[in-house]
Amino acid sequence: MPKTTPFHPRTEALNHPMIWENWAGYLVAPRYQHSDLSEYYSVRNSAGLLDTSPLFKYKFSGPDAEAYLMHTLARDIRKCKPGRAQYTIWCDEAGYVVEDGVIMHTSVGEYWLTSAEPNLRYFRQIARKKGFNVEIEDISADYGILALQGPRSLTILKELTSDLNGLGFFRLAHTKIAGHDVVISRTGYTGDLGYELWVPTDSGVPVWDALMSAGEGHNITPIGLHALKMARIEAGLLLIDVDFYTARYAWTDAQRDTPHELGWGWMFKNLSKDDRDFIGRAAIEKEVVENSSRWNTVGLVIDWYDYQAKHREAGIHPPMDGVFNEGTMNIYRISDIPWEYGGYATCMMYSSLLRSHIAIAKLPLDLCEPGTEVDLEISIIRRSVNVKAKVVALPFFNPERKTSRE
Amino acid sequence: MKKYDAIVIGGGHNGLVNAGYLAKAGLNTLVLERRHLVGGAAITEELLPGYKFTTFSYALSLIRPDICQELNLPEHGMMTLPMPNHFHPAEDGQYIKLGHDTYENYHEISKLSPEDAEGMHDFGHIMDRVCHALKPLVDMIPPNTQSQDPEELERMAEFHAILEEMEPDVQEMVQKLWTSSIADVLDEYFENDLVKGMLSSSAIIGSMCGPRSKESGMVWLFHKMGEYDGIFGEWGFHKGGNGGFTQCLARAFEAFGGTIQYEAAVEQVLRKDGQAIGVKLEDGEEIYADVVVSALDPRNTFLRLVDPDELPQDLVNHIKDFKFQGSAAKVNFALSDVPKHPNHEKSAELFRGFLNVGPTFEYLEAAFADAQAGTFSKRPFIDGCIQSTIDPDMAPAGKHIMSNFVMWAPYHLKDSDWDTERENLGDAVQDTLNSFFPGFNDLVLHREVVTPLDIERIVGIAEGNIFHGELFPDQMFMNRPAPGWNQYRTPIKGYYQCGSGTHPGGCVIGAPGKLCSMQVLRDREKALA
Repeated sequence: MPKTTPFHPRTEALNHPMIWENWAGYLVAPRYQHSDLSEYYSVRNSAGLLDTSPLFKYKFSGPDAEAYLMHTLARDIRKCKPGRAQYTIWCDEAGYVVEDGVIMHTSVGEYWLTSAEPNLRYFRQIARKKGFNVEIEDISADYGILALQGPRSLTILKELTSDLNGLGFFRLAHTKIAGHDVVISRTGYTGDLGYELWVPTDSGVPVWDALMSAGEGHNITPIGLHALKMARIEAGLLLIDVDFYTARYAWTDAQRDTPHELGWGWMFKNLSKDDRDFIGRAAIEKEVVENSSRWNTVGLVIDWYDYQAKHREAGIHPPMDGVFNEGTMNIYRISDIPWEYGGYATCMMYSSLLRSHIAIAKLPLDLCEPGTEVDLEISIIRRSVNVKAKVVALPFFNPERKTSRE
Repeated sequence: MKKYDAIVIGGGHNGLVNAGYLAKAGLNTLVLERRHLVGGAAITEELLPGYKFTTFSYALSLIRPDICQELNLPEHGMMTLPMPNHFHPAEDGQYIKLGHDTYENYHEISKLSPEDAEGMHDFGHIMDRVCHALKPLVDMIPPNTQSQDPEELERMAEFHAILEEMEPDVQEMVQKLWTSSIADVLDEYFENDLVKGMLSSSAIIGSMCGPRSKESGMVWLFHKMGEYDGIFGEWGFHKGGNGGFTQCLARAFEAFGGTIQYEAAVEQVLRKDGQAIGVKLEDGEEIYADVVVSALDPRNTFLRLVDPDELPQDLVNHIKDFKFQGSAAKVNFALSDVPKHPNHEKSAELFRGFLNVGPTFEYLEAAFADAQAGTFSKRPFIDGCIQSTIDPDMAPAGKHIMSNFVMWAPYHLKDSDWDTERENLGDAVQDTLNSFFPGFNDLVLHREVVTPLDIERIVGIAEGNIFHGELFPDQMFMNRPAPGWNQYRTPIKGYYQCGSGTHPGGCVIGAPGKLCSMQVLRDREKALA
């Protein structure tokens, strides 16, 4: 039997299509209504409420917690002062990415981290091998997580707590909602103004009810995983098993990515001023010095006219609504050699908001300059056809409200 | 002396689109707007604190997708929210509620007629193919039937090729819609009266025709040419109402370097030696430009802004005969809650798209008969929308705003006038809503009634016709607004037209604005060459 999240009594009643997905062994709704697009738009127009409880959650504490995280995580945990959160990654010794997650410095010397896959043994092994005095606990079952995302998210939360005033991007607040202790971070996976709430398991239902009730007049909308996945592509946020695989279970380096190859080079801009000995450091430094990244991760905007024209030539109306693909799509160089392989897209969708088909792509460095044109292979009536696409910097959508001070 | 490359008269959506393209091409462009805000009939107004009324136009579909690309509208905040539900109540308490799932819709209609439920799929498919085939016609400068210019002959050949390349069943359907009533078409596909009533509403929108009038097929087809994310015939709500959309157009225009002058009513287009040289405002100011574009309706463009005596008589006659006969009204409400249907639990879900009050042909024909007799419909057709159920910016938390598009409210009333009848029309609409949703009256916090006379007075459109002239077959394509003058030019050199009275026609569509700009820019290029 799959497990259920702390919010299940409520999400079950709202799941109109009665379809569930298995996320890390938990039942989660891919959608609550029939229209993914309506759920998606709640994130851009009002507020979407999403259950992300199946994430794995770990607590780090003890005398060596900071030193341990300085070593284990690729970003410098010292920059994550108490009351802050940090988007981080951990790599292997060869400098390949194992996973990404958000770490929160919840109180002095205590850290909570989310990850997509189990990492308890992985983290503890590092501590044991290197002799860190750190306590690492799996607190996955102790908390549910709700993401409230969208322009009305703050308005709704303000009806329930006064502790969010002025809360900056990637900052935390310890507060109460409907009398229940919650930790709220101004974070999310949608690229919009948004918050994530860590809710003790027993408080799941009353906190859900409080949010839904406060949000009613603001058109709060429960959203499923599919709407989230649409928003995250626009936000240029990468997804494990879609845009990259963990280095841990890869068979060969061709399946692995370095941080620079995933577009995360920005995490290491000040490496010369950072004296940490973290896992993967030597390899990452070598990659930078030798400029040996095999590819980079960029955005693609498919040429609107070419997409229309290629479908019209085939005698059909171009599909837009509902186009969403998490499978690999080939990209070719525009050159004299037909079908000269360039790279690939990891996901592609029609963005209703941006009125374009967009994709996240991995391309060799000479094709990564914004404005570069490439061909993306799509299928039109079961035939491979190339449509023009242009390289752009990620993210595709980045509203001011995401990071704005009130 | 103020001098621009181009002046666009009227900051409605087509004026702004036109000006956007001209500015993008590098012309120093000025939009002159009579009112304190741009948008024309696509505006959002806060009549009560926190309540945003879409005074006139209220939903989006026909806006050309290429315009959104070319004017970078997503960058300027364009956001069209999907409508997840539509609701079609009958007079006896039955209803059809359609959503986003094909098979739920199938089963919903199956309750009335299993064959009609399947027929919806067949009909949807042929109509998709019809719209796909006709789309190039909407987006092209139509041929000039009065010209023997080789370029025009080429255009005519292109036009005929589009028609001839259609598959036979598509061609047959196009012909049928062009020449017959929507009732004739739907009677062939469907058996259930409620289903037919629901499908026919686009055939009467803004037009002095009932579902059994032969013009209604064309009006219906025109509306189906719109699309939402590539789905023909689907509509959306722009964030902040349609005024939110025209504000995006204004921002796009200004980002291209354009200027908007508000409260600048144009009295006349200045001419010299048969050529437009600028405009004179009502306050006496003269502003000069090489290109003057009127985004107003054909009557204003040809009979008011210039001296009709300077125009060919046949053109003047055509414009005088051009049918305006506005017949649509709006009755908008601020509501304390969403209405409740007697056979459905109270739910905002019913109102997250179009509420279609016009159950059957019979109901619609009775309402149309009132209009033919020279009065407004006692039990009118109502296209209702409670946009606040989707967009929280439209009303205070927990409260709602309701837009009701109403047919028929003929501009010419037989034994009365609109200043007398305005609130009577409001009462008729409110009574009708109250009969479908008992208790509706108790929810009303505020009511705004907009008659065709109000549209004429506020927006300036002749006889308040929302399309700048009827969308009847004899006023379309080669004939819009007049044969020989269907290509955005006028007999006065440098003076152009880009309102909804030009091809392809009305609705928030933008095509007249864009196609006119192409003509202006090409003429300019030729003159410079």
